[in-house]
Amino acid sequence: MGQTGLRFYKFSFLLPGFLVLLAIILFPLLFTIRVSLSGWDAIAPGLNWAGLTNYAHVFSDGRFWEAMLRLSAMAVGTVLVQYVLGFALALLVWRDILFRRIFRVLFLIPMMTTPVIMSVIWRTIFHESLGPANDVLGLIGLGPYPWLTSANFAMAAVMLVEIWQWTPFMFLLLLAGLLSLPREPFLAAAIDGAGPVRTFFNVTFPLLVPVSIGAVVIRLIEASKIMETVYVLTSGGPGTATETAGYYIYIKGLRDFEIGYAASLSITYLVIMIVLLTIIAKLLVRIFIGRSA
Amino acid sequence: MTRKNFLHASICALAITIASGAQGADVNYDQYGDYAKYGAAADVPGACSYQAIDQKDYSGRTLKVISHAVPVIGEPTDLHARQFEALTGAKVDVVHIPFGDLYQRIMIPFQTQQAAYDVLFYPSLWIGDLHGFLAPVPAAYKEVSGMKDVTQNYKDVATWGEEMVQYPVDGDRHYLKYRSDIFDDPDMQAKYKTETGKDLKVPATWEEYNAVAKFFSGWDWAGDGQPHFGSAEVTKRDDLMFSAFISRVAAYAKNPNVKGGFFFDLETMEPQVNNPGWVKALEMFIDAQKAFPPGGANFGLGDEIFSFGGGQALMSYSWDDAFIQAQEKDSPIRNKVAAAPLPGASEVWNRTTKSWDKFETPNTPPYITWGWTSAVTKASKNQDMAFDYLCFFSNEANTTLDLQIGRFGVNPYRTTHFDPKFWQDKLGWEPKVAETYVKTLSGMDDSTNRVFDLRVPGVNQFMSSLANGVAEAMAGQKNAQEALDGVAAQWSEIIDKIGTEKVRDAYANVVALEDHGR
Repeated sequence: MGQTGLRFYKFSFLLPGFLVLLAIILFPLLFTIRVSLSGWDAIAPGLNWAGLTNYAHVFSDGRFWEAMLRLSAMAVGTVLVQYVLGFALALLVWRDILFRRIFRVLFLIPMMTTPVIMSVIWRTIFHESLGPANDVLGLIGLGPYPWLTSANFAMAAVMLVEIWQWTPFMFLLLLAGLLSLPREPFLAAAIDGAGPVRTFFNVTFPLLVPVSIGAVVIRLIEASKIMETVYVLTSGGPGTATETAGYYIYIKGLRDFEIGYAASLSITYLVIMIVLLTIIAKLLVRIFIGRSA
Repeated sequence: MTRKNFLHASICALAITIASGAQGADVNYDQYGDYAKYGAAADVPGACSYQAIDQKDYSGRTLKVISHAVPVIGEPTDLHARQFEALTGAKVDVVHIPFGDLYQRIMIPFQTQQAAYDVLFYPSLWIGDLHGFLAPVPAAYKEVSGMKDVTQNYKDVATWGEEMVQYPVDGDRHYLKYRSDIFDDPDMQAKYKTETGKDLKVPATWEEYNAVAKFFSGWDWAGDGQPHFGSAEVTKRDDLMFSAFISRVAAYAKNPNVKGGFFFDLETMEPQVNNPGWVKALEMFIDAQKAFPPGGANFGLGDEIFSFGGGQALMSYSWDDAFIQAQEKDSPIRNKVAAAPLPGASEVWNRTTKSWDKFETPNTPPYITWGWTSAVTKASKNQDMAFDYLCFFSNEANTTLDLQIGRFGVNPYRTTHFDPKFWQDKLGWEPKVAETYVKTLSGMDDSTNRVFDLRVPGVNQFMSSLANGVAEAMAGQKNAQEALDGVAAQWSEIIDKIGTEKVRDAYANVVALEDHGR
């Protein structure tokens, strides 16, 4: 077999995988790009050629950019809180405590529930006259609060549900990280007389930085797609106070049936997310691990 | 038996046979669930009756139906599909879709020229987008008794141009619901008079509505130890709030002296959505928030239904659901409610003279909005079976059952439905309740100054933009004028994109209905 034949022979082994990759990743992406260059809507069906008209409109669409800013604040805020809470819970059950196994399962339950169903439950909890949130707070002399009808409270409510649902994911990754840490650094710190706080800041946290960065970036990617919670809890309201980019794209695409424009919003969103998340990941690595990494 | 007795018995038997031929046998719902608890319905003879459909043989054929999720319209779709299968031998595949997804699930197969469904159930205001894909209702089906009995309003809703392309299965409109026990209570009347100097009466204008609603907010006027509130309204942005807003706008901006367009000026196609009439209505909508229950500024339709239907609010306006909920057998306010036309306005914007016209009797244009409808697709190869299914779905016996089950979402749309006796006998409503309900609903058919939905191509884009603008103003992000100026600018953009003539042609149909009816 000659060199060319050998190359073809090797390539033929890669071909099935390549075709699957093409079908499940590249084709939908390329198709979305093509749709974004069309004026497909309720009146003009199909893939006509609209050039960059949709993209020009995206840049002047203030509602989209406001939704992007809101989404950024929401994603960063929820992920930071999830990280702190997840870390605390992971540290709690990392040690030998009573009912450790039960706690580990218990902490994971919110993540295993269906987001839409849980959002409906939370909407009931936040219901301002019938829900238990205000009743419970009332017992300690607080409230009632306009959970879903005031801009700040509605934002807080959406973030609270996100934090409740996804802290377990952070907990899971960080616990796995903690369980895989070597024992020697901790023994050395103990011999040197380091207390728990010093051990945490000088040993546990630095050792867990790579896992932490991975967990934060994964959660940021997921948090940037907040949609079900907003849809069920507030429909983006009051006004546009909780409207995220994902929800706006949903409205444009599926409610208004502006398929071409919604596709251009999606592609713009995708590019922004790739750029932003790459920058964030690199910054986190540079700050917490150092230039050499 | 003597000869005389035999003759007598024979005559009686003949009479019963003739009578049952006219009325038809009772329909048995036992085998399809617990629907029999609503009593039996007589099969009215005719082309859509059980007896007639039973004669058809569609064995080996499949009917594909797309409908809303269960229960609203989805449950009757299923029930009558199973009955249709049993009678004709056909197979009926029903696909249930949540509302948010329904439009695109219907539209994409049309646009990609696939005959995915034979029968569609959807909101009637989508006619502007869908009419080109729908098969006209054949003449034979327009002659059946059930169809002849459909009121002109709902025949109009089903018609595009001169062609009926939707098969009426429901009738919807907005109207006022209120707690008659409170309005009729002498103590409440005295209290209102003492504190406001005015008589307590069912609001005839939106100003009165807001005033009464605010007075009855935040205190226990129902005597159950809980605070109660004045008004429950649909305010959640993407949950049909646009319909609630248009209900308020109609009084201020649908001037009976100005023909040729409520949403647009038909001649210029200039959006009217930011004219002073619309702005005034939005200001009143914002003002009404003071009378909402806690969370009322984020009420979807379901919340509005349970707020009024559960006795939390004094008044409400939207479709029948809240009224039906209030009249459920276990409702704490059963037979303590009444219906009335939407409040009106004493000053109505005249877009021709650019001034407010004064009216001695408040202007109260009915708003004929939404309503589930059905249709057969033009591309269907089973149009005969599809129309038979729809005609069977809406035959007299089935409609008698459907009207009684609130969650089905089927509301009066035939002349025979506007009989107070039906609601008294079948559902045990008190005569006064039944009378106000029937009078309010049937009265809308007589008006020649009405508002219909914006039944033009791209209706969802227009309504979504309107809802967003109104929501921004309700949340205090913009004032009423700014918000509606923004909506008007967006409407102009949408018209430019779709094509002015295309929208104008479609809107001319709406204007014809609004100004004088068909």
